[in-house]
Amino acid sequence: MNIPLSDYLMLSAFLFAIGLCGALSRKNAIIVLIGIEIMFNAGILNLMAFWHYKYFATPTAYVFAIFAISIAAAESAVGLALVIAVYRFYKSVTLDEMTSLKG
Amino acid sequence: MGHTEYLQQLAQQQWLIPIFPLAAAAIQSLLKRPTRKLSAALTIIAMGLSCVFALRAFFATIDGGEHHEVERAVFNFTWFKFGTTSLDIGFVLDPLTAGMAAMVAFVGFWIFVNATGYMAEDENFTRFFCFLSLFAASMLALVISNNLLLLYICWELVGLCSYLLIGFWYFKPSAAAAMKKAFITTRIGDVGFFLGILMLYWKTGTLNLYTHDALHPGALEQVSALALRNGWWGLSAASTIAFLLFIGAMGKSAQFPLHVWLPDAMEGPTPVSALIHAATMVAAGVFMVGRMYPLFTAEPGSWVLDFVMWIGCITAVFSATIAVAQFDIKRVLAYSTCSQLGFMVMALGAGSLVAGQFHLLTHAFFKALLFLGSGCVIIGTHHEQDMRKMGGLRKYMPITFVCYVIGMLALSGFPLTAGFFSKDEILLATFHRNKLAWSLGTFAAFLTAFYMTRQIFMVFFGRWRGGDGDRERSQDDKGHDDQGHDHEHHEPHEVSWNMWLPIAVLSVFALFMGWVGTPWYGGNVFHHYLAPEEVASEHSDMVLWLSIGVGLLGILLGWLTYGRKTMEHATDKDPLSAALGSLFTFLNRKWYIDELYDVTIIRFTTTCGVFFRLVDKLVVDGILHAIAWTAWGISQVFRWLGDEFIINGGFDAGCEGVQLGGEELSKLENGRVQNYFRVLSLGAAILLLIYFFT
Repeated sequence: MNIPLSDYLMLSAFLFAIGLCGALSRKNAIIVLIGIEIMFNAGILNLMAFWHYKYFATPTAYVFAIFAISIAAAESAVGLALVIAVYRFYKSVTLDEMTSLKG
Repeated sequence: MGHTEYLQQLAQQQWLIPIFPLAAAAIQSLLKRPTRKLSAALTIIAMGLSCVFALRAFFATIDGGEHHEVERAVFNFTWFKFGTTSLDIGFVLDPLTAGMAAMVAFVGFWIFVNATGYMAEDENFTRFFCFLSLFAASMLALVISNNLLLLYICWELVGLCSYLLIGFWYFKPSAAAAMKKAFITTRIGDVGFFLGILMLYWKTGTLNLYTHDALHPGALEQVSALALRNGWWGLSAASTIAFLLFIGAMGKSAQFPLHVWLPDAMEGPTPVSALIHAATMVAAGVFMVGRMYPLFTAEPGSWVLDFVMWIGCITAVFSATIAVAQFDIKRVLAYSTCSQLGFMVMALGAGSLVAGQFHLLTHAFFKALLFLGSGCVIIGTHHEQDMRKMGGLRKYMPITFVCYVIGMLALSGFPLTAGFFSKDEILLATFHRNKLAWSLGTFAAFLTAFYMTRQIFMVFFGRWRGGDGDRERSQDDKGHDDQGHDHEHHEPHEVSWNMWLPIAVLSVFALFMGWVGTPWYGGNVFHHYLAPEEVASEHSDMVLWLSIGVGLLGILLGWLTYGRKTMEHATDKDPLSAALGSLFTFLNRKWYIDELYDVTIIRFTTTCGVFFRLVDKLVVDGILHAIAWTAWGISQVFRWLGDEFIINGGFDAGCEGVQLGGEELSKLENGRVQNYFRVLSLGAAILLLIYFFT
């Protein structure tokens, strides 16, 4: 079967929108983190789709994808550590309560 | 290497002589807290090194062998340039310089050694030695300079050091007054000196004295041309410059009528009096005249030399009469110094450079000896300076006594001592020039012998009168003073070795130094060394015997008046005052010269000051105030109109706007991360839309 490029791109955009919605609207820091991860993966999917249809002959994009996934893993580890640190300080993970950056 | 090249090389190295004391002064002033030992050691070692180099140069100039002209090596270099004019400075090495530098370094060295004893108990020991080093450096640089500019710089530097050292105990009002007096009085002379320098530069275009270069001759190599050009007051240019320079020498060498500062300079510590106000600095004026002597003799028959001679003659007699009636041991010596400087100046005026410089050198040795001796006496008697409260010190201070007597004999011109030969030469030179000046000089020589004998008998013979005032208290204390300490404290005592050693060394010179200037064996050695081209004065037996006679007569009269029956009590009247009556008071008050200056020059200056202050207050201040008030009025208008309304108002409004805007904007910064994120996403979306639809 032959799936056209636009399907992949639509899926990627859909995933990105879901992730953005989650990151912007939810109050729980962990959910926000999950949303960011979904956006990340949408980006990677986009990359792989373009590779598949345009530059299939070369394996470069695999390398990029693996790099991006490992960086995303590292980033989420840092992010979770931050969430834990924030929880210890505020006894909460609700983002609305964290306003110490207020000018 | 030939002798001339060797001299040339030494002239190039002349700067080595003053550099050591200068470095010592610099180190001491820069160290945060120099210790006494360090500072004394630095000063003395530096002076010793200077002495070595000065003696090396001195012996090099002696070794010249047979010569009929002065051998002179110079080294000039450019100090700085402006435009096409360059200012040179340089060093000279000739017998005049070498002899003087060797004397200054040698006498200075022994005075420094003595000073370690005299100042041992002073709080500001290190400051004292720092100033002394600086003084020695400037004096040595003055002596070696081949340039009037360098000479003038050092001239002022020694003046400054003299000022600082006279006022060393500045917390004493008398010392503070004396330092100002010395500085201002010598400044009056320096005005003349400075005018002379300017005129010399104007007429010759150079301040170098010797260059040995036909293309750019030094000032003293142009004197024959200068003597033909016109100057002021009907003199030739050479004589005018000489006259102006001599005014400077009058201030520095304390010649009448600018002599008033020197006796007051005795407020300084005694080693300072010995070094600066007897042996070296006051001789700088005489030395400078000797240095510039070709200018003085350039024009035959000008009145400048006569003027010099009469100033010297008047000073010699005048100061000697004052010295007769003083009671302070140092003041007697101070007036004696004035008088001896007068002798030197008189010799120069009489046309004999050799006699003047010879007396300068011998005098430096025995006057330094006398001053250091008086310093020993002052320390030995626990800071007593009044001769009436001394007496009988011969028994307590034998070494000082012997040295002091040698100095006194040399100063009195006792046959075969140093002062005898030099004074005799001066009188001989004056005899051939002017009989009246010669008779006055002989009279001054008689007075010299008399007042020195008076001093010896008052200080060293008779009964110890120092305890007179304390006697009763001392006797009361004796009963309950176990160690007898209090009694011991009032007794005079001999001084420590570092104080008597210098005077012992100097007294050897005071005895034997004159022998280099005797006319007896194969001509006058000193004359041949210093100025072989000068015509020697014809020998005269009458002058010789008369000068011996007045010297001995002075000593004899001194013994008759003070020696036969010494003073019994400190409150006794001076035997001379009984004989002379009110004349004695007149002399004791120094001819009322200070009082005369008070009511004439100082009163005049003060009146001028008051007058100009009034002018200042009424006229100048009035105009000034009017201008100020007008300006103030105008500024008020501008203040209300322009400043308050436009500038201040506008500025304030702008500031408030910015502040309000800031407050509004700061509300956006609510610290909610998701808000920021939302705005970010919105922005990205807008950018995307723009991208798509354009």
